Amino acid sequence: MAKIAKSPWLLHYDGSSCNGCDIEVLACLTPIYDVERFGIINTGNPKHADIFLVTGGINEKNKAVVKQLYDQMPEPKVVVAVGICACNGGVFKDAYNIIGGVDKAIPVDVYVPGCAARPEAIIDGVVKALGVLDEKQKAFKKAKKTKGESK
Amino acid sequence: MSKRSIVPFGPQHPVLPEPIHLDLVLEDEKVVEAIPSIGFVHRGLEKLVEKRNFHDYMYVIERICGICSFMHGMGYAEGIERIMDVEIPDRAKYLRTIWCEMSRLHSHLLWLGLLADAFGFESLFMHCWRMRETILDMFEASTGGRVIFSVNKIGGVLKDMDDSMLKTFVDMFDKMEEEVRQLTNVFLNDYTVASRLKGVGILTKEDAILNGAVGPMMRAAGIESDTRKLGYAAYGDIDFDIITGKDCDSFARCEVRINEIFQSFSIIRQAVAKIPAGPVAVDVKGNPNGEAFVRLEQPRGEAVFYFRGDGTQFLNRARVRTPTFANIPSLVKILEGCDFADVPILVLTIDPCVSCTER
Repeated sequence: MAKIAKSPWLLHYDGSSCNGCDIEVLACLTPIYDVERFGIINTGNPKHADIFLVTGGINEKNKAVVKQLYDQMPEPKVVVAVGICACNGGVFKDAYNIIGGVDKAIPVDVYVPGCAARPEAIIDGVVKALGVLDEKQKAFKKAKKTKGESK
Repeated sequence: MSKRSIVPFGPQHPVLPEPIHLDLVLEDEKVVEAIPSIGFVHRGLEKLVEKRNFHDYMYVIERICGICSFMHGMGYAEGIERIMDVEIPDRAKYLRTIWCEMSRLHSHLLWLGLLADAFGFESLFMHCWRMRETILDMFEASTGGRVIFSVNKIGGVLKDMDDSMLKTFVDMFDKMEEEVRQLTNVFLNDYTVASRLKGVGILTKEDAILNGAVGPMMRAAGIESDTRKLGYAAYGDIDFDIITGKDCDSFARCEVRINEIFQSFSIIRQAVAKIPAGPVAVDVKGNPNGEAFVRLEQPRGEAVFYFRGDGTQFLNRARVRTPTFANIPSLVKILEGCDFADVPILVLTIDPCVSCTER
């Protein structure tokens, strides 16, 4: 990826993480790591967001919430699973209330492992997600164009 | 009487880093009643005790919460050590005390930042979190981890801090103390902050007792309650007073936490001055047979741990009563009658840790 095509906005949701990854996601926004220099802003509104950061695994109660947030985000969108729990359940994999990673509820594009995922890793993941977002945007535009032509 | 309406608050909300759901019953702009519902972060990790060896369970219990992870691990270690009658070396006790207070420091700075963000002071939020990074760097230097440390073990601690590291840390804390004082001046003396916090969310002494509040919530109501005075780890040898507030409002809770930051600096300094030389862990043989209660003062208040073993390598039962869980009735109480626009601040003043609450 040569340049960042747009200023991507993030939506962060804590699935069922231990908080460790969440505070590291917040730490990414603060002066030491400062992702705002890439134009990345943390928003609380799913309708504004391009990238969905999910920490923690999926359980019966939050499955619907995660799905709802994902559905509310406009296309094109990218999902980043932050932390090993979001990737596959991690240390809680055997716990009775954990179904598994975030991919049990919604399609995931980028996996960031780690317990807790370090801010550097999260930033790397988000930058990778920007590349995916770029491709999705191109595909999205193309699909829109061909759809327009066939009419 | 105007019509009542119910507004859902959470689980996903800009002010909440973690999911908690409140149904707010409103009459115009006043909250009449708040009905909390929890369970979004429930993992069921207490039950995992049946599947993990009691040494390995340490890594699970630490992950109850990423903010007090050290203290959860320590509570578990103390519990099992009590069951198995293990006396840990003095140096390990002091190291645990130092790490405990470092956890309190980073937790309170984190909370101050979130509070500043909630009333719209974004650069203040950034400054709090910038200072917190210094403590995380110290954690990384001494334990290897930023938020999850895995440094406790049954019978002591896994890593030692040498004298030069302790000295560097004390120098860094001295420097930090000045910076923190400048920062907290804004919280304590700015009239905008005062207008948001003073007289808001009053929890009287009687209500605090009735609702079983713990930690800074309890102390801000003027009640001396601090389980560190029980003298676990090395707290018995350290001189400190219980910090209390008078006004019972959000401002008092903020003030108590700020004073606790400076108290933590003093406790760390005393601990570093008194730390004895020697080993940091003893060997532990056999399996736990019996039960134990442990009470710890976490940044958010008193946590109660209960463990029972039956002589096998798997424990029978592990149970943790975490401080935020104990503070939820008080939260419901202070939300009654408040303005709708004050709800985010009031939710924050209990310093909610939802992943602790739901485990």
